[in-house]
Amino acid sequence: MSAHTLLNIDGRLVRVKTGSSVAAALRVAGGTGVARISVGGQPRAPFCGMGVCQECRVLVDGRRRLACQTVCTEGMRVETSE
Amino acid sequence: MSSVVPERCDVLVVGAGPAGMAAAVAAARSGASVVVIDDNPAPGGQIWRDGPGAKLPPAARKWRDALERHANIRVRSGTRVVAAPSPGELLLEDAEGAVRMRWSKLILCTGARELLLPFPGWTLPGVTGAGGLQALIKAGLPVEGERIVVAGSGPLLLAAAATARSAGAKVLRIAEQASFASVARFGAGLARWPGKAAQAVALADSCYRTSSHVVSAGGAGQVESVRLRQGNGKEVEIACDRIACGFGLVPNTQLGRMLGCALASDGFSARGLQVDARQATSVPGIYAAGECTGFGGSERALAQGSIAGHAAVGDERAAAAHEGERARWDAFAAQLHRGFALHAGIRVLPRPDTLVCRCEDVPFSVLQDCSGWTDAKLHRRCGMGACQGRVCGDAAQFLFGWTPPVPRPPLSPVRIATLAGLGEVVGGADARQ
Repeated sequence: MSAHTLLNIDGRLVRVKTGSSVAAALRVAGGTGVARISVGGQPRAPFCGMGVCQECRVLVDGRRRLACQTVCTEGMRVETSE
Repeated sequence: MSSVVPERCDVLVVGAGPAGMAAAVAAARSGASVVVIDDNPAPGGQIWRDGPGAKLPPAARKWRDALERHANIRVRSGTRVVAAPSPGELLLEDAEGAVRMRWSKLILCTGARELLLPFPGWTLPGVTGAGGLQALIKAGLPVEGERIVVAGSGPLLLAAAATARSAGAKVLRIAEQASFASVARFGAGLARWPGKAAQAVALADSCYRTSSHVVSAGGAGQVESVRLRQGNGKEVEIACDRIACGFGLVPNTQLGRMLGCALASDGFSARGLQVDARQATSVPGIYAAGECTGFGGSERALAQGSIAGHAAVGDERAAAAHEGERARWDAFAAQLHRGFALHAGIRVLPRPDTLVCRCEDVPFSVLQDCSGWTDAKLHRRCGMGACQGRVCGDAAQFLFGWTPPVPRPPLSPVRIATLAGLGEVVGGADARQ
């Protein structure tokens, strides 16, 4: 198994340690690791870290997933800001 | 169009943390077919969460190996419970599809979540739970060189700080809301339990402050500082990149309650699922073990899980062998709850414009004159979002004393295809309610 995994976040290539969560990859991609914009227009980043709060929901290969509970795979496409 | 695949097993274990692992291994010795489902990417629960930033202790490896060694245990990670379409059956969903799993015995090992309470600025990127930050770091979140303040209550603060430090972060402060006297009593008692003495040493951390709690997080677009109230009544502002704040743990009882299991009424397990000496819940055929019966740590969870697993397959003798161990860790849990009880000052943290419901952006001010949870939900949309009140429901219970109603399916956001695949069974479930 390769030590790193390459995925695509909002059109940008991001390289993470293999086994990293998408939540970790959002931060590696740069900035504050924002996953979505709230109904009131606030940026939100992963919060509970364990699949409870739903703040880190993103689209992974077109399906809504929780970034903190999803492991990055080679070539995965992630879209933030629902 | 994805279909819903029917499957069955003798024993279904929900949750692959310490309790679930022990329950599965105990039940498997009888030769029963055991299925373990878990929401996380790999077995281990939160305490033994694996990932590129995790250093698993030998016990975690031992239990994972034990799961793999039994050919009659199947582990389905990344799988959530959506609903109970009929008695003796759960509807499950993973990233690819859905399964209707029939079970003869069900063991709930659904763990606990953090108590995450609102304070001004808590929605800023950079604020996480304390255990939340630990989980994120284990899963590869880079924090090297970051300045981190850990706040809230309980031994988890020390564990989170240790994980952050070993990942290269600078932990500037650990703010524990409990008093020095209370924490010292807890620390002095730790020597009675094997392996816990190290926690007492950690309490001597030079960054650790008692009677100290978060007041607000500051920053434009992300965390830049935190305000803390200290034991002497003075407030201090600390520049930082992250705030990891958790006020202890809440048992995950949603699935149990949806299935009709009663909650315990007294003692430290008061908000957990009620269980008897054999870990049986109030519903025949359903057992519960670990933090969902009241939080008390991994050792207690392992003992309870072993008892539940043996009891579920009718091995009373093997179950009884773990009773002494369970009693010992029950006593530890009781001491833990006494040491870190939350004080009243934590209830006044939100300002009028502080959001309580993060999913629907509902501020504190519009909730104050609601008559209860249902009123807040119907008229203010509190708890109507994707987390289904798992965060704001606990906060509202703490802030206003509102009791959330029995959860209804679906228990978590679900794909339409999964519900559509149920076909006529969906109608049957509706008729039952």
